[in-house]
Amino acid sequence: MKPETQNLKPETQNLKPETRNPKLETRFGYFYKVLAIVSKDITAELRTKEMMSAMFVFSLLVIFIFNFAFDLRAENASTLAPGVLWVAIAFAGMLGLGRSFIIERDRGSLEGLLLAPVDRSAIYFGKFIGNVLFIATVEIVILPLFIVFFNLSIVIIPALVGVVILGTIGFAGVGTLFSAMVIHTRARDVLLPILLFPVIVPVLLSAVRLTAGIIDGLPLADVQNWLTLLIAFDLIFMAIAFILFEHVVEE
Amino acid sequence: MTAPTTSTKTGDAWGYALTTLSAVMILGALYLAFMYAAEASNLGTQVERYAQRIMYFHVGVAWIGFFAFFVTFVAGVMYLIKRTFFWDNLGHSSVEIGLTFMTMVLITGSIWARPTWNTWWTWSPRLTISAVGWLMYIGYLMLRGAIDNPARRARFAAVYGMVAFLSVPINFLAIRWWRDIHPTVIGSTSSEASGGFDMSSDMRTTLLFSIAAFTVFYATLLYHRMRLGKTAHEVETLKQQVLYN
Amino acid sequence: MIKVRKLVKAFGSRIVLRGLNLDIAPGEFITLMGANGAGKTTLMNIISTLGKATAGQVMISGIDLSESAAHIRRYIGLVSHKTLLYDDLSAEQNLRFYAKMYDVPQPQARIETVVQQVGLWGRQKDPVRTYSRGMQQRLAIARAILHNPPILLLDEPDTGLDQYAADMLGDLLAAVDTGKRTVLMTSHNLERGLSLGNRVLILMNGKIGYDVRREDVSIEEVRQVYFEQLKR
Repeated sequence: MKPETQNLKPETQNLKPETRNPKLETRFGYFYKVLAIVSKDITAELRTKEMMSAMFVFSLLVIFIFNFAFDLRAENASTLAPGVLWVAIAFAGMLGLGRSFIIERDRGSLEGLLLAPVDRSAIYFGKFIGNVLFIATVEIVILPLFIVFFNLSIVIIPALVGVVILGTIGFAGVGTLFSAMVIHTRARDVLLPILLFPVIVPVLLSAVRLTAGIIDGLPLADVQNWLTLLIAFDLIFMAIAFILFEHVVEE
Repeated sequence: MTAPTTSTKTGDAWGYALTTLSAVMILGALYLAFMYAAEASNLGTQVERYAQRIMYFHVGVAWIGFFAFFVTFVAGVMYLIKRTFFWDNLGHSSVEIGLTFMTMVLITGSIWARPTWNTWWTWSPRLTISAVGWLMYIGYLMLRGAIDNPARRARFAAVYGMVAFLSVPINFLAIRWWRDIHPTVIGSTSSEASGGFDMSSDMRTTLLFSIAAFTVFYATLLYHRMRLGKTAHEVETLKQQVLYN
Repeated sequence: MIKVRKLVKAFGSRIVLRGLNLDIAPGEFITLMGANGAGKTTLMNIISTLGKATAGQVMISGIDLSESAAHIRRYIGLVSHKTLLYDDLSAEQNLRFYAKMYDVPQPQARIETVVQQVGLWGRQKDPVRTYSRGMQQRLAIARAILHNPPILLLDEPDTGLDQYAADMLGDLLAAVDTGKRTVLMTSHNLERGLSLGNRVLILMNGKIGYDVRREDVSIEEVRQVYFEQLKR
């Protein structure tokens, strides 16, 4: 075995200078590649805008449908508003998460990612950050309309944006992992919500409570434990998904 | 070609022993629940006091419902490390049994809730978490059913079983903060939880025995289900050997 | 260069590779043939680090794959059945993305070089979905050689190509300097496989059942063994 290895060395080294860039191969290399994945997804999405426009229209439709179904009036609108908002976000987010790995699957580009010399978790983070960006952006665009439809005060928007981002991180954290799983199954579009919703119940509960607290103008102390719970969920499940992702994408 | 290991006589003996033991223990638990344990005297009506006795089974069954989930979690961890059929079989079997028990929890709970809370269903934390757990078990089985490649099926099931189990405590905490009317049976003096009662020592004995009986029953079902799974796996292996050689 | 020892791969209870041994020297161009389901793609996947072996060992330049797969990936380029490209991105955007993933130095210059090598110069700004199948396959080859890997794995590179494009494949591979690289190619096309490769392997029963150097053997002989194998 030894002599052969020595024979091979020169040949490999001939090709080495071109394939290696010491500057990039530092610890930054990892984040550099995560960002490469994110920007690739953004470029692709900006070209078609298919997913974001679908999510946008879908969330609006959910708000409309609630309006018809419950005949929301001024006196009960503000009590139902948080629920309506989060149902809209959850369902629209499901659309986005579902697409996330399907676009990688169509042309086998997921394999392309897996072939790259980077830890598999970089792929998870890249896709995760992309998902959070897409879903949160759409929902933040929805917020002013939500305020208008439910006749709420505009000053609550910054706080709502914060909750929307935290909630989106919560379900995109597990959602990205499950999204990578369901592309290998039959009935992949149906399966994702079935797997994901039971697990993200805490995210929905705390996000709805926080949204209600913001709308009612409660002090932060009253909803502090929900905020803590939401952040804890985000961190714990991001870590779990990060660890398990490798087992999901291996062939 | 190596002949697959067939189940030995010892294996059957284990099966008979476990089956007999669980039959005896379940009958014993029935006797204790209906004959031995005292009535919960603080409860108002006769119906309520009678319905309270379902608690001995309800708690035992609920314990298994969640314990089975834990077994699936452990099996998932072990599968990802060892990659052997045994752990996949264990996780899968445990979910099927857990789902059955969780269904029983929801049914016995409803039967008890009707006279006690005057409703079949409330969104109390324990009910809600049981329902959520039930949905996770269903999701687990649907996930398995939707994957053809056995190695991938085992891997994904392991991952989902782990994530689902780990979400149970945080889920429970969230739902508990959401609202609570379920009685905390053991060690609670809160009178707000409607339907609660103090446990006397005979009641405690009955409850503990019942829990033990259901645990043995679970082990028995698990044993038989895993043998079935192993046989199915062996048949599949033989089929492949015939087809591809 | 590539050393495979006692490689076993099972999908559940179906065993595809049964203790496969294979040695590939630097600079060899190997054509791997076999019936559908014989395990060609499985072997490619394991060597490319996409798949994990059930048992056995794969060494590349003396480095065990199971120990440092992430490191080895840098030295491997793969052209698979699928293009591994993003339809919504242009050729240039696709290559720029992969250049980042592989830490290619001076990416712009390298991208221009490979685009010219595969003859797509002038179309590099168009989205991949507007390309013909043949152009996509050429871009897939450009993607595989972008980081200048010493090992090139070609899994049926002629799939989906029209007769003309398939005939050009040899020229194309010559243009991308396969001479410097170690190439492992699978193919169902006997003539093309024999004209490109300098060593021919046939997978049988999950092992290398036939292994000859191109110059030692006539096309007729290989054809006979190959079709014998297909009939089974």
